[in-house]
Amino acid sequence: MRAISNNRKALNTAIALTLGLFMSFPIIWILILSFKSELDAIGNPLQVLLSSWTLDSFSTVQGRSDYLKHFSNSVIISLGSTFLALLVAIPSAWAMAFVPGKQTKNILMWMLSTKMLPPVGVLIPIYLLFRDYGLLDTRVGLVIILTLINLPIIIWMLYTYFKEIPVDILEAARMDGAGLKQEILYVLTPMAIPGIASTLILNIILAWNEAFWTINLTASNAAPLTAFIASYSSPEGLFYAKLSAASIMAIAPILIMGWFSQKQLVRGLTFGAVK
Amino acid sequence: MGSITLKNVTKSFDDVEVIPQVNIEIRDGEFVVFVGPSGCGKSTLLRIIAGLEDVTSGVVEINNQDATTLPPADRSLAMVFQSYALYPHMSVRKNIAFPLRMAKIDKVEQDKRIETVAKVLNLTDYLERRPAQLSGGQRQRVAIGRAIVREPSAFLFDEPLSNLDAALRVEMRLEISELHKKLGTTMIYVTHDQIEAMTMADKIVVLQAGVIEQIGSPMELYDKPCNKFVAGFIGSPKMNFLEGSEADKYNAHTIGVRPEHISISKTKGQLVGTVGVVEHLGSDTYLHVSCENSNEQMIVRADANNGFKYGDKIHLTLDIKNIHRFNNHGVCIYETP
Amino acid sequence: MMSPSVLLLLGWMLVPLTMTIYFSFLRYNLLNPGTESFTGWTNYYYFVTDPSFTDALVNTISIFGGVLFITTIGGIAFSLLLDQPMWKSGLIRMLVIAPFFVMPTVSALVWKNMFMNPVNGFFGQIASFLGLQPFDFFGQAPLLSVIWIISWQWLPFATLILLTALQSLDREQLEASEMDGANSFSRFIFIILPHLARPITVAILIQTIFLLSIFAEILVTTNGGPGTATTNLTYLIYVQSLLQFDVGAGSAGGVIAIILANIVAIFLMRMIGKNLE
Repeated sequence: MRAISNNRKALNTAIALTLGLFMSFPIIWILILSFKSELDAIGNPLQVLLSSWTLDSFSTVQGRSDYLKHFSNSVIISLGSTFLALLVAIPSAWAMAFVPGKQTKNILMWMLSTKMLPPVGVLIPIYLLFRDYGLLDTRVGLVIILTLINLPIIIWMLYTYFKEIPVDILEAARMDGAGLKQEILYVLTPMAIPGIASTLILNIILAWNEAFWTINLTASNAAPLTAFIASYSSPEGLFYAKLSAASIMAIAPILIMGWFSQKQLVRGLTFGAVK
Repeated sequence: MGSITLKNVTKSFDDVEVIPQVNIEIRDGEFVVFVGPSGCGKSTLLRIIAGLEDVTSGVVEINNQDATTLPPADRSLAMVFQSYALYPHMSVRKNIAFPLRMAKIDKVEQDKRIETVAKVLNLTDYLERRPAQLSGGQRQRVAIGRAIVREPSAFLFDEPLSNLDAALRVEMRLEISELHKKLGTTMIYVTHDQIEAMTMADKIVVLQAGVIEQIGSPMELYDKPCNKFVAGFIGSPKMNFLEGSEADKYNAHTIGVRPEHISISKTKGQLVGTVGVVEHLGSDTYLHVSCENSNEQMIVRADANNGFKYGDKIHLTLDIKNIHRFNNHGVCIYETP
Repeated sequence: MMSPSVLLLLGWMLVPLTMTIYFSFLRYNLLNPGTESFTGWTNYYYFVTDPSFTDALVNTISIFGGVLFITTIGGIAFSLLLDQPMWKSGLIRMLVIAPFFVMPTVSALVWKNMFMNPVNGFFGQIASFLGLQPFDFFGQAPLLSVIWIISWQWLPFATLILLTALQSLDREQLEASEMDGANSFSRFIFIILPHLARPITVAILIQTIFLLSIFAEILVTTNGGPGTATTNLTYLIYVQSLLQFDVGAGSAGGVIAIILANIVAIFLMRMIGKNLE
């Protein structure tokens, strides 16, 4: 490898850092605003930076009992749909990866294609079905929908991770006297855990950020943060600091997860079409 | 204890028949090598013996019991894989312990066996490490250790040395041979490398396209190959084949002579040719010679200080006692005594 | 073991889909329950001939075009830059990727209020400070503003994909071309760009599928307005379904949306299928 001059590296770093700050600027800015009082938040940027820091906006937002309710809704539906999806997807992906049949590839492709259905195409039936079965504005209803729309991606990701487990290690376990249960318990699962964890994180991110069904199928009870923040869209006068605080709290968990899951994102969202 | 027999075994994958029919007898304690070019079915046969593949028809007997439908775990065989197939999430100790755990052997006995095996294979210092922290040779030994610790009826090796560099390969070849002498257990070894076959085997099974070409001891295959394929496969460098007028002189369609059975002279001999590339190995030299009455180049072994160089004229004489005669089907013709 | 998921997805596919198709042939308004009647292709006819449909279609295509243009060019540029040797590449990459993880409603509101608001927004304040007239983004260029917000979110996605693809480029190929006398520009045109052709296509196809369904950003910023200036196909159907409660028309629109999405999906599935070999 040729030595890259330090100057060159410094230049690259400077340009890239500028780029990164440019892209993340809105996030950084609302992070700053969230620590300001409402009055200070609408000043010009210099004033904003120089004004005093406060936690008031955070405490006001958290003090609103409905904010916490919506936050916990987001948590519940993200974790709930992830758990449900994994429950169904793991056996499915296992079978496709280790006991493939002639139709396995076609079934997998078909499953992926269901993800490409535009939600608006089935908005009416789903709305009516949910209404008739009392699922509107319920967390259960959201969990069901989110599970269904993310199931293809989950199965796909698990399938690719399972396929990466070298078959000869499983055969070695068989030679070593392991029965099917032991093979799965002692060899397959420990090796699959990183893949399952990545898939889990990706699904939580997708469910947390989903903004079509969570808005259209909820009113006030089951609305997660996506819908709740959307309700801020009608201008209520001056509310920058509070909106910033609420936004920061809403996106922080996902930013942290996103930090850990960049590679999985590519794998999951491109359906493996890009290596 | 470790006898294995394949009776009329055939194997097809979907509609493709990869093994038409084989019969092999392996006696207890033998070191048998399945050798042949890529795709000849040697790994498939090994996996059939292991139970990792089913037979399409035929019988697999282990210790005179029909084992054809037994799962791998019940055959009391141990396998060393080409990629070692170590459990990446377990330490060396746990890797070696795994088969003992599956056999429900108590902890004390487990530890005892592990210590013994570790000592034999020089792994005592590495017991707590993970496979990712080991070198290729060390991983090899762990794989072998995992196999030994089960005290199986027979060991199965699937091209175990392919992933090692040349020097390590020579070292491990010796270690495996010594292991065999020490344990006395049957070993079935698959390789495409005829040098491994020759140096390690009691008995060699030469395969091509699923068919057994010949079974015999290394020297039997070297001295009396039964057809052109075996003659050309065993022995390095390859045997020279001559057809046409030269072969007619010996009443055969083709004759074969090994490079080491040809003598050279600057002045007189059976054949005349021009020296091409000269390969110096140090102890020996191999001359590539273009003969006047043949399209192919012949390889001739000579002493290190033979004095020939590129472009020289050379006379060759074939050692009459070591000429192999083949008919037009490639089958060896032996003198009727 | 596969059956639960197959059954679930099959149900998810067939049941609502058949219902949508069925409804699209009815004259059915939720405000007048019990008066449904079969009307054949009427819903489709009126949906397609309504001027807002043309607007929605144009807007949808504009959004595609605008966003894909920005994300593709930007994605190539960003990924090339991030592929260079530098310090703190992990942190920098996270800074570039972060917008993708922000939920659409947050990002839309933040841009609209904190940045694009002509009075109190960041840009407005800077403009006033410089003595310029602040630009009313959503008033004067609503569609472009929406396009920018969406691009901000999807640019990281394209960058990530292209960066991953770049990192799989065999270094030896580049070294060989250098030995053959190619300069940086030639290497980019003749080796890097062809290598990226496939990932770029994948990124475009996937974004197209998701962009067809852009909803939240429009809802919280403009509600499709002014007029139909920022209404896309999805929003139009939403308005008819959940605001006007016109089940028949909404369903017809839904079927049209599905057909359009399918066209793109066919191309994408072919590319995925190739990789599954």
